[in-house]
Amino acid sequence: MTHTPFVYLTVLAYLATMGLYLRFLYKGKELTGRLATLLMFLALALHYVALLMRARGTHTVPYHDLQGAMSLFGWLLAVTYLCLEIYHRQRTVGAFVIPIILAFFFAANATPSHPGAPAPAHGVIFALHVTLSILGYSAFALACVLSLMYLGEERLLRIRRLGEAVWRLPSLELLERMSHTSVLVGLAAITIGTGLGFLAVDRHLAEHSSYLDPKYFFTLFVLLLYAVYFRLARTAAWRGARASRLCVFNFVLVILNFAVVNLFFSQSHRFF
Amino acid sequence: MEIVLVGLNFRTAPVEVREKVSFSVDQARRAAEELRTQGILEETLVLSTCNRTEIYGVHADANRESASALSRYLSGFHSLRPDVLNPSLYHYYDHDAVRHLFRVSAGLDSMLLGEAEILGQVREAYLHAHESHVTGPVLNRLFQAALEIGKRVRAETELGTRPMGVASAGMKLAERIFGKLSDRSALVLGAGTVSEQVVSQLRDRKIKNLYLSNRSRDKAEEFARQYNGKVMEWGEWDTALKLPDVIVSAVGVQDTLLTRAMIERAMSARGNRALFLMDLGLPRNIEPATADLYNVYLYTMDDLTEIVNQNRSARQTEVPKAEALVEEHVGKFISWQASVQLIGVLEMLRGSLKQRRAAFLHEKLAGMNHFSAEDREQIGNMMDELIEQLLIVPAERLRSEKEHRRKIQNVEALRDLYLSDREKL
Repeated sequence: MTHTPFVYLTVLAYLATMGLYLRFLYKGKELTGRLATLLMFLALALHYVALLMRARGTHTVPYHDLQGAMSLFGWLLAVTYLCLEIYHRQRTVGAFVIPIILAFFFAANATPSHPGAPAPAHGVIFALHVTLSILGYSAFALACVLSLMYLGEERLLRIRRLGEAVWRLPSLELLERMSHTSVLVGLAAITIGTGLGFLAVDRHLAEHSSYLDPKYFFTLFVLLLYAVYFRLARTAAWRGARASRLCVFNFVLVILNFAVVNLFFSQSHRFF
Repeated sequence: MEIVLVGLNFRTAPVEVREKVSFSVDQARRAAEELRTQGILEETLVLSTCNRTEIYGVHADANRESASALSRYLSGFHSLRPDVLNPSLYHYYDHDAVRHLFRVSAGLDSMLLGEAEILGQVREAYLHAHESHVTGPVLNRLFQAALEIGKRVRAETELGTRPMGVASAGMKLAERIFGKLSDRSALVLGAGTVSEQVVSQLRDRKIKNLYLSNRSRDKAEEFARQYNGKVMEWGEWDTALKLPDVIVSAVGVQDTLLTRAMIERAMSARGNRALFLMDLGLPRNIEPATADLYNVYLYTMDDLTEIVNQNRSARQTEVPKAEALVEEHVGKFISWQASVQLIGVLEMLRGSLKQRRAAFLHEKLAGMNHFSAEDREQIGNMMDELIEQLLIVPAERLRSEKEHRRKIQNVEALRDLYLSDREKL
């Protein structure tokens, strides 16, 4: 597949943003942080155009194949992160999130496109279902990154190994709050997205689908686990590191749902 | 105009001597005025902190004599015998004095490398001197540059970023857990010097609720009044421990003061919200096994000292960067100083040449009566124009000289070659 210049520009913009976020993490200069945020906006815009050009090139929606879905996932992760950065006024997380965005963008563009089974539905409801679901997964991915940061920082504080960057990382409580916000966004997006998905199935796919597909059960199970996390994270026994471990565990199940269940167990939902 | 500095600091003088030669704000003002009125200095500024006392001055020709006069004044002001004071004093002149002040301002000459407090003290000293009109163009420029380098070093290097004291390291660690401490509660056990340092750090961070407890209730109450805290009854730990997010213990007791079981009960009462414990007592006040409790972060004096030592090494690696910035600013200041001197020398040279021109014309035109007054004036103007043209080339060359030392040498050469000894003064 030939890439548009926007693909290369997006990679360059993300790499530059990552460099600035890393520099901000180690040096703590306010100006560097602001530049990183500005460049992140630019990278987002370029990524959006790259998605648009790709969709035009393939004459279909971005999530038609795995590569497109991964690119859209990366873009929504970047959007979610940027909103979280602005809401919590905390830039040091950027250095940890951009590598994941870049990895998804690379993976989406480095491999040739192999469209999976085409999604047997179209229309606004279906598009919203897919977009909101991917947004939900990206918010969960962000919560996972934040929880891993929490666990790492907590470990460093316990073993008293405080390097240069630890003094600039967000406090444990802020990381916890950011993770909660992210999970809340994910929960809302997936709940609405899944609801719309059932609606789409009900309207268009009754003849092809069954409500008894393992994919649906597993999605509802993951949703339930995140709701449990949201509740437990505020209780005496779970607040802190335990809740963060649960959040990471939940995301492992999300990946399992996204990949293994989709590909090997689902009968009617074998697309991305 | 040369800069002279006479002073002493923690490296050259013990605390007993430093105490005796320190200046209050009023004393500093009075001394600065006296130094000017007695003709010892033309501009002056006294910088006095707990670790140093330094007098900066500007004199028409700074030399060992003006420094000696300053030393004599210092011993006279504080009624100290010169043989007691003089061995502790250091004298710096001109560029060395500039470099010394810039290093002081950058925190490179501090007892606690990179500490930020000194910059505020330099600023205060300058503001007081400026308000008293005892500084002039040279010291104004010098101290403004010193404040600039102080800020630059802190912004562009890591010299001041990491905590260097045990109390501040503890507070920074607490901030790693809670973020800002302004909506948190803290309990400090003990009312000694270490507790006072911790309370001062907590107050700096605008802690919301400060609880204090001590074996002697009177002392605890006095401490609480001083720092606007609340007294907690000594020994009633189940009540006292469930409230604060930060507990600092700095008590001299032989047995463990806070056991794991007590903290466990407190954690249960506070819904397992994170608890930060700082054990600054020797022997330790908090049972070490407490560190294993969920959401409890325990740091002992050894842990904090280790962190401070790590930070000290990290700061040390920043010194070359800070020194380079200091040198850059010393160069800028010397360049400015040379430019000011150049203007002065050129003005003097111009004045001298015009005087000679006037005398020359007066002598040569004395017998030439056919020249009218207008002609004489025109000849005078033409010669003035020639003088200006002759001065332009060396002035431009001197101004554009990039190498500071060469620039100064050239200005000096100009002074020596064209001005009489009387004019040089």
